Amino acid sequence: MILNGNVPSGPINEKWDKRQEEMALISPANKRRYRIIVVGTGLSGASAAATLGELGYSVEAFCYQDSPRRGHSIAAQGGINAAKNYANDGDSIFRFFYDTIKGGDFRSREANVYRLAQISNQIIDQCVAQGVPFARDYAGYLENRSFGGALVSRTFYARGQTGQQLLLGAYGALSRQIKAGTVRLYPRTEMLDLVVVDGEAKGIVVRDLITGEIRSHAADAICLCTGGYSNIFYLSTNAMGSNVTAAFRAYKKGAFFANPCFTQIHPTCIPVSGEYQSKLTLMSESLRNDGRVWVPLKKGDTRPPSEIPEDERDYLLERRYPSYGNLAPRDIASRAIKEVCDDGRGVGPGGRGVYLDFSDSIKRSGIIKIKERYGNLFDMYEKITGENAYEQPMRIYPAPHYTMGGLWVDYNLQSNIPGLFVLGEANFSDHGANRLGANALLQALADGYFIIPYTIADYLARIEPGRITTEAPEFKKSMDDVRRSIERLLSIKGKKTVREFHRELGMIMWDKVGMARSEDGLKDALRLITQLRAEFYENVLIPGGSRDLNQELERAGRVADFLEFAELIVIDALHRRESCGAHLRTEYQTPEGEPLRDDENFCYVSAWEYMGDGRPPELHKEPLVFESVEPTTRSYK
Amino acid sequence: MNLTLFIWRQKGPDDIGRFDRYALKDISNSISFLEMLDILNEQLIKEGKEPIAFDHDCREGICGMCSLVINGIPHGPKEKTTVCQLHMRHFKDGDVIYVEPWRAKAFPIIKDLIVDRGALDRIIQAGGYISVHTGGVPDANTILIPKEDADIAMDAAECIGCGACVAACPNGSAMLFTAAKVTHLAMLPQGRIEAARRVCMMTEAMEREGFGSCSNHYECEAACPKGIKVAFIAKLNREFIKAMLKRKSS
Repeated sequence: MILNGNVPSGPINEKWDKRQEEMALISPANKRRYRIIVVGTGLSGASAAATLGELGYSVEAFCYQDSPRRGHSIAAQGGINAAKNYANDGDSIFRFFYDTIKGGDFRSREANVYRLAQISNQIIDQCVAQGVPFARDYAGYLENRSFGGALVSRTFYARGQTGQQLLLGAYGALSRQIKAGTVRLYPRTEMLDLVVVDGEAKGIVVRDLITGEIRSHAADAICLCTGGYSNIFYLSTNAMGSNVTAAFRAYKKGAFFANPCFTQIHPTCIPVSGEYQSKLTLMSESLRNDGRVWVPLKKGDTRPPSEIPEDERDYLLERRYPSYGNLAPRDIASRAIKEVCDDGRGVGPGGRGVYLDFSDSIKRSGIIKIKERYGNLFDMYEKITGENAYEQPMRIYPAPHYTMGGLWVDYNLQSNIPGLFVLGEANFSDHGANRLGANALLQALADGYFIIPYTIADYLARIEPGRITTEAPEFKKSMDDVRRSIERLLSIKGKKTVREFHRELGMIMWDKVGMARSEDGLKDALRLITQLRAEFYENVLIPGGSRDLNQELERAGRVADFLEFAELIVIDALHRRESCGAHLRTEYQTPEGEPLRDDENFCYVSAWEYMGDGRPPELHKEPLVFESVEPTTRSYK
Repeated sequence: MNLTLFIWRQKGPDDIGRFDRYALKDISNSISFLEMLDILNEQLIKEGKEPIAFDHDCREGICGMCSLVINGIPHGPKEKTTVCQLHMRHFKDGDVIYVEPWRAKAFPIIKDLIVDRGALDRIIQAGGYISVHTGGVPDANTILIPKEDADIAMDAAECIGCGACVAACPNGSAMLFTAAKVTHLAMLPQGRIEAARRVCMMTEAMEREGFGSCSNHYECEAACPKGIKVAFIAKLNREFIKAMLKRKSS
């Protein structure tokens, strides 16, 4: 099937206005008759639930954490982009749009990206009005800094905790609606199935994580704001609970999954230190404003960094990409780092690391300025490694961080199932094959504050509110299915823990589906994943029962879904016989090791349809049409 | 290193609860405290026992989910550090470690080391925000904020809502938590408009939820992983008195 992105016609800068004008509205008095379910309360979920509640809809919001303030958006450090051009350095909506579409290696939907750039300015205004304490200069104006993939300073930030401050802003707006009674909150509740009635999304099945109760909730429309799936790699920068379950179970109910193989490996994370490590910690990309990435020129040079003279160092990013230097985009920086480490020039335990050195910046700007910009990051680095980065360079290494792939949505953020909308990292639309730094917070808030309120009304205006209730037989069937799959997991009573399976899956994914992918490696991965999944259903050991708080059972459900979803990632990576953005197929690269894109054959979104257990998924394509920009070979040299 | 752990086990809100003793061998000093608990839980699962339930999520010190009292100190012995960022290098071979949940009237225990902190959310719902609608706001740079004020607002806004301040306070008071939000918003021109109303609503909610009062022990600041200062409590009191005078005169 050829998918239609439902993009308005006309010049790119008029498309969003045009769509807003043609969309149907619902009268204020009627809005409360419509029930909307929002799953997830990170940036996109909290902003959507707050805004929809404020408009007068009856909203139910769900999160697995104990409070909506804890969505993983809170961990985003560096900043949020906007085309304000406050820095007077030549920025504009078009330039921001172009940087983002180029950063995504021409694999995103042009009209969505342009809209993102357009809305960016409104987002900053909204957040300031909410009281988000962005960094300011001595005259009281907002400060900016630079991020990867851009030659202008368009990133707004609140120390190294921008995600936290933006999320607390959205959480405040959400809290206000909870008090007003327009939003009802269900914390410690996990979505385990999507209910589809007559081809439209009409409800969800959830598990109360405290009592174990399985319940269903009906609504007129559903918004999935459930984040990304980097935890499929076991070690990632995601929170321990971040998972693919809600999106994957929607996929099994017919929603298409788009570009699952586009997974971002972030260049600057604290390297792995031991086998019991449970997660990796990001060191914000903003550090590359002032930090210089280098390794020793000589292989196996074990001298401490301070004893390696300047002419025996390789500032690899500055050498390879002189115009962007240390601010080359993430996919490019990660690969360059991997290459020098594979070459035997990495530093630290196992040679899996490079230096990120601040000594020049400290000399230039003074330690106080550096402390002000990144103090909390340096503190965090010291807590984890026991090393002081003011005195010696940080050691960093790439780690799974973000997933550009997600459920397929049209320009209105609606999936192929009417009534199912997908927001934030959980959808696929804006970042193509590689996301630029400081665009994730932006996209989540654009979707939640300024897009969904318009587009959901257009769907709701066409249906009668409250037509479907949980009495419909589809709800009972879905609840039975969920109960059965939980009982199946508990009945296995094998010998290996869920964590052991997850760790093994992560190793397969990292080795064979990580930063560099080959046909042989991917086929190996497919075989190994199938084996591991079979073993999981024979040998997993889950203690306790289903009728109370059982964290191992929660984890088991998520890992079970990862074990199935991993296969879809590999199938997508195998089918995409080109390199683009974060997806590097070793067979398709230039002699210098840069990705070789194939626009003739792969200039499309791959959207996969679930065809039943044991059957291969079916590929649908949404051709990517570029009206305003010419896809070129991406160069940061 | 080898460790002896005494960990609080409680099946549910109605169970009395008790300390169970666990011995752990060969723990590396480079792992985190929560990774040490992961290892213990893996052992318990393999022995057919129920693992210890504890809250945690981001494991990088920002989500505020982790909440353990270690040897009597919320978040353990290291200053300005959440449990998830506490590493075993701060302990030594042979140590005996007691692990308990947050204990406060307003935080009922759900299971083992997990408590219900919904009361903190309800304090925020009472008024811990600026009542702005989505859209229709002025350009960001039309609201100028002196850098000093913005910095103080940010210092206060760093609160992660973990509740360690409440667990540390002999009165089980949530003053530091509430004061942080009151200060963050009161420092900003866009937050001044509702400042009086906000401080009253939030303090009332705090009392309603069963949190105690502040009697200047300052244990909260000592336990706070983000270094939120008790000076903000003074700010809350000042805002509260101003609000009372305003209410009287109107």
